Amino acid sequence: MAKYLLLKHYRGGPAPAVDCAPMDRWTPDEVDAHMRFMSDFATRLEESGEFVDIQALAPDGTFVRYDGEGRPPVTDGPFVETKDLIAGWYIIDVESWDRAVQLAGELSAAPGPGGKPIYEWLEVRPCYGIPAAVTE
Amino acid sequence: MNGALLRDLVPAVIGVLVRRGADFTSAEDAVQDAVVEAVRVWPDDPPRDPKGWLVTVAWHKFLDTARADACRRRREVRLEGEPMPGPVAAVDDTLQLYFLCAHPCLTPASSVALTLRAVGGLTTRQIAQAYLVPEPTMAQRISRAKRTLSGVRFDQPGDVATVLRVLYLVFNEGYSGDVDLAAEAIRLTRHLASMINHAEVGGLLALMLLHHARRPARTGPDGRLVPLAEQDRGRWRSHLIAEGVQVVQAALARDRLGEFQAQAAIAALHADARTVDETDWVQIVEWYDELVRLTDSPVARLNRAVAVGEADGPRAGLAALAELDPALPRHAAVAAYLHERDGDPVAAARLYTEAARSAPSRSERDHLTRQAARLNAPRQT
Repeated sequence: MAKYLLLKHYRGGPAPAVDCAPMDRWTPDEVDAHMRFMSDFATRLEESGEFVDIQALAPDGTFVRYDGEGRPPVTDGPFVETKDLIAGWYIIDVESWDRAVQLAGELSAAPGPGGKPIYEWLEVRPCYGIPAAVTE
Repeated sequence: MNGALLRDLVPAVIGVLVRRGADFTSAEDAVQDAVVEAVRVWPDDPPRDPKGWLVTVAWHKFLDTARADACRRRREVRLEGEPMPGPVAAVDDTLQLYFLCAHPCLTPASSVALTLRAVGGLTTRQIAQAYLVPEPTMAQRISRAKRTLSGVRFDQPGDVATVLRVLYLVFNEGYSGDVDLAAEAIRLTRHLASMINHAEVGGLLALMLLHHARRPARTGPDGRLVPLAEQDRGRWRSHLIAEGVQVVQAALARDRLGEFQAQAAIAALHADARTVDETDWVQIVEWYDELVRLTDSPVARLNRAVAVGEADGPRAGLAALAELDPALPRHAAVAAYLHERDGDPVAAARLYTEAARSAPSRSERDHLTRQAARLNAPRQT
């Protein structure tokens, strides 16, 4: 088993397959259906023994940088909308890379307006494992 | 109270319950409950017969559960009506558990989890900590595995090779949390070796002992990875090496060579050398030839290229490497090492950087990055 990060972006990544409206323009039923899909997806991961962690990130936040001894760190203020923001992540513990990609594909098919899949891009990244006892 | 001693009893107690008519899932649950009870009670009130105590408590737990379950009432009546069977051969029951937990219908990850719980007697929390997943996740993995096994007959003969693969997976996971999985795998393999007469069980046990012996020297005080050639051999645990060498020699004497024995023989040759320069690389290459013949594993071929590089020089190693798929894990790291030995630090540094990018763990990535930096540093000044 190996752990993978499924990263959801607000923006960034390859060109979208479907450019659907932001969620605040969906109907309440469409929003509910989307939320239910996400919650069911998490439940399925828990039942299959592949769940590690899920977090949704608030859009607020800031970049921080060290600015020299004795000086307060530099921040760039609140994010503006055009930045590539990370919306949240799933961490899963699955049998193979193929399984991680399969799950990301299912997540990308979350329903949007009209109940159609939103075709969201998800970034899949392997986490480093525990060092094996035998390497040399 | 000795936790390992308590865990030693678990598989036999599960076996007794199953022999008395409990299904595997209920028996396993009941024994877990009994172990939790033992941890609580034994420190103040140690039993004279620990196994008998566990059987009695687990059997009562099983009956309680069965009693609470209305659908099972009829079966319970049947069970209670039957006379208790006499003493049973606990050894056979335990062996069956190893086979059941490594059943081919389970995924490797499920087999590992179930083996640690049913045979190893670890709690779900301990297993979850060791694999760095939440406890409910591990509980689900175990209960799914048990559901998968619910239709499997308990008396089917099992496949030793699958059991050994599962135990080796446990060993190889490294460790974290309060359970040392390498030590746990050794304990279980010793246990298996005491029940079954099989050369490869000895091979695996020896391999684990020899690798485990070197563990104190494999990382520096700051957690850095220390490669074999630079390890302080004074820190190798000599009693484990002595035992490993003896076990592998006994296994090899039976003339039923398998891959674990071949790997153990290689590990024994490394462990036998008092300094790096005394390493018998020629014999190691011969054992890698055997290993390649037995497994045809690309990883064995890759390791063989390293050994050839030491025995016949880096050019010969690079020639062996050229026949292998560059996409193999650690291919770039081996290439980097051989190029450096061949006097080409520029190519070596580039390959170390490439190898770091695809390293499977952070400590390995850091080690390879440091190698690249070491080669780049003099040329930058």
